[in-house]
Amino acid sequence: MSQDIRERLLEQDPSIKRTKILEALESEDMSVQFEDALDNEMVLNMGPQHPATHGVLRLLLKLDGETVVKCIPELGYLHRGYEKLAEASTYHEFIPHTDRLDYLQPMANNVGYAMAVEKLIHLEIPERGQYIRVIIAELARIQAHLLAIGALYIDLGAITPFLWAIREREKILDIYDLICGARFTTSYTRIGGVSQDVSDNAISSIKRFIKEFYGNLQECRDLMDRNKIFIVRCEGVGHMSGEDCIKLGLTGPLIRAAGYDIDLRKDDPYLTYDRLDFDVPVYHSSDSLSRYYVRVEEMIQSARIIEQCIEKMKPGPVNSLNPKKVLPKKQRVYTKMEELIHDFMLINFGVNPPVGESYSAIESSKGELGFYIISDGSGHPWRLKIRSPSFSNLQGLGPMMTGCFIADTVVIIGSVDPVMGEADK
Amino acid sequence: MTEERFNSIKNNLRDFDLAYGNVNGTHDITIKKEDVLKVGNLLYNECGMDWMVDAVSVDRYKKQDRYEMVYNLRSTKHRDRLFIRIKLDSKEPQMETLSGIWESANWYEREAYDMMGITFLNHPDPRRMYMPEDYEYYPLRKEFPLMGIPGSIPLPNK
Repeated sequence: MSQDIRERLLEQDPSIKRTKILEALESEDMSVQFEDALDNEMVLNMGPQHPATHGVLRLLLKLDGETVVKCIPELGYLHRGYEKLAEASTYHEFIPHTDRLDYLQPMANNVGYAMAVEKLIHLEIPERGQYIRVIIAELARIQAHLLAIGALYIDLGAITPFLWAIREREKILDIYDLICGARFTTSYTRIGGVSQDVSDNAISSIKRFIKEFYGNLQECRDLMDRNKIFIVRCEGVGHMSGEDCIKLGLTGPLIRAAGYDIDLRKDDPYLTYDRLDFDVPVYHSSDSLSRYYVRVEEMIQSARIIEQCIEKMKPGPVNSLNPKKVLPKKQRVYTKMEELIHDFMLINFGVNPPVGESYSAIESSKGELGFYIISDGSGHPWRLKIRSPSFSNLQGLGPMMTGCFIADTVVIIGSVDPVMGEADK
Repeated sequence: MTEERFNSIKNNLRDFDLAYGNVNGTHDITIKKEDVLKVGNLLYNECGMDWMVDAVSVDRYKKQDRYEMVYNLRSTKHRDRLFIRIKLDSKEPQMETLSGIWESANWYEREAYDMMGITFLNHPDPRRMYMPEDYEYYPLRKEFPLMGIPGSIPLPNK
């Protein structure tokens, strides 16, 4: 739509507001004028409700024919104000909210949040607890990547491997059911440990899952990795140079597909990752195809990590022995006086960390998931900032889209793999 | 970050009036509002802190230096982390944007403006991040009630 047509429309109907979004879209003078009205640039609104945007992501695309000239992502359609809610709830009360951040991998969010609070109150957790956390965090990585690649498959029209990926994901959800009694909103970790030990039944079903997983993933890869349509649609699409990725603050698979072997599990090992043997897959072409390969190979590494953890895990306590900070077992709360008092104090007044600030981050499936907590000594955090990887990764979406075809937008969104629950907080 | 490397960063920044601190094991540097662009450039070009991963806006709710910005920097070469902290006025919190140095600050500062009402001078795209454009309040300020302000977001017409 050319400038004077819009002016004329505004004159006719003053209720059409010139929104700031539209102004930002028009800020750079990129318009090319043609004689034919159909050749002019147009603005296309994609989302927030759109099957290919993976949640309520809204994109404003400025098109020249079929080419995207500029793309502006618009966030906030799933903004629930979790940072404000955190200031009004105790540290324990916030755990269920973390499930709903990146709702495709609730376990990893639980682990990241619990670790951040434990760092703030200087709490060490026993080895078995740490191994359990590594296992659930890696299961969450597989779970999230399976959906990411499955969604990429179906966005490109391949339904069979999508169903196979979802079938594997269902098995992980069933394992969560055995571990903590919930499939989606797990809320499994507690400050100072986990809510309950992992049963032998759950361990054996994890073992069975991992054993079958390599073959089942390979089945999907056999269908897709050398599929000509898939490769042509992905290769070179959404390219962004490694320097630009760093400049725009991207993390996770996106920068590992751009040639950086950056992974918090290696650079700043937390839990027991320094005792486990795994590789960080790195690709260099920084397009949608290499991001897909990074995700697939990360899943294989995660399966390797889980195998090692199960082997190394010994029976023992899972929770830290610090009754003033760690919730006691429910059975003991009902029968013992001391535990009843501690439970009452912890639930009503919180863990009361020392005055200070702390930052702790884990490598989640999307990138660096961090929590910056400021404590004023009371049971509520004074400020809790969520460093959500999807939010930062979305910042790269605009530059990645510039110059691509409108059909490729779907592939690029799939390769960035944003989860709006996390990006909007 | 090793002590050796932190000392070399200190040496690079010796001309400025800075305060050094610690965020639970990670070094942090408090920078005067006026020096922020110069120090930022030095950190980016000389000290290898080339990757900004987050920015935290803080409301301390006190008379002086009520607001604060904490930027979370990482280095791709040295694989370490550093926080820089800028204290801002209570009445009119504003500072120079850092998006000219670290491009990713663009969205982080938009979020800080949206949630905390901190204005960034010379920002390339000073829009709200999450809330509607005509929203009048800054939800993460301490005086904003948890339940929200009824009527502040108009409901769509039938």
